[in-house]
Amino acid sequence: MIPLIQKEIEVNNWLTAQQFIDIIAVAETTPGPIAVNSATFVGFKVAGFYGSLVSTIGVVFPTFIIVLLLSKAVNKFNSHPVMRGLLYGIRPVVVSLILLAAIFVGKTVLISATGFMGLDWISILIAGAAFIGVYKFKLHPILLIVLAAISGVILY
Amino acid sequence: MRILWELFITFFKIGAFTFGGGYAMIPLIQTEVCYNKNWVKEEDIVDLLALAQTVPGAIAVNASTFIGYRIFGFRGALAATLGVVLPSFLIILSLAGLLIKYGDNQLLEKMFTGIRAVVVSLIMAAVIKLYRPCIIDHWTLIIAVAALFALIIFNIHPIIAIIGGGAAGYVIYMKYIVNYECGGKG
Repeated sequence: MIPLIQKEIEVNNWLTAQQFIDIIAVAETTPGPIAVNSATFVGFKVAGFYGSLVSTIGVVFPTFIIVLLLSKAVNKFNSHPVMRGLLYGIRPVVVSLILLAAIFVGKTVLISATGFMGLDWISILIAGAAFIGVYKFKLHPILLIVLAAISGVILY
Repeated sequence: MRILWELFITFFKIGAFTFGGGYAMIPLIQTEVCYNKNWVKEEDIVDLLALAQTVPGAIAVNASTFIGYRIFGFRGALAATLGVVLPSFLIILSLAGLLIKYGDNQLLEKMFTGIRAVVVSLIMAAVIKLYRPCIIDHWTLIIAVAALFALIIFNIHPIIAIIGGGAAGYVIYMKYIVNYECGGKG
């Protein structure tokens, strides 16, 4: 979505290039999707609070409608054998997709150019501890995220 | 409307702690929506996630809308979507100026490095928990491995993988599983 946002900003002259880079960096560190965060910020820069409100609603609205329509359609066919057949095949694919997401984030986090043997051992330690925490002790993810932030500050 | 409020608060929590992309939301959804509140079963979350991938837009928002709708119809979708979007909205409004000036500092960097490490584990744990409900026989295992292969080696788009898996699943289901359940020609 970022190229689309960039294009629109260019066309309308809402932000300078530097401001755009800044906001992308901010949008990546704040929680939530980059798309929504960028929209909120651009809106704010252009037209204050109401601008941010309007652009956030704007970026969320089409998806919202599409999802509603799709949900209604899907619900109607939920127990239909065609649906069950499709879901039977889709579920394993989604598992693979999520696994890939874990591997992808893992690659960026756990590998380090400067680390011993090319690995970031502190990250591995934190990740390992977190895994035990969530899998064995069933700790809440939010708790682990907070602990992770603290560990990050202490260990690095 | 107690449940609408709970939906809103739950997704507010989820939205406030989803760092590192839409997939990071999955463990949070699992914990809150499946285990804590028991609103939706794990397998059904997976179905909704698949749908969320096929719709344009941020997967975090899509998934929330789908799940909200599943739990409580239109108003549920509204509550969940509002909930998940609001934390970012508030944070950006209040902190964006500060973050731009002081965001590039060591403290935040370290915090986020730690968070990203944990996100990896959380997503891995989510995968493991989803294994049993989703990969139930050798066919589904084959589909999962084939999808993995196609995604990594051939770099296909997730939507293609989902459509392919759905089509394969449909064929296999109709041919082998429905017949078995009906005890003969389905």
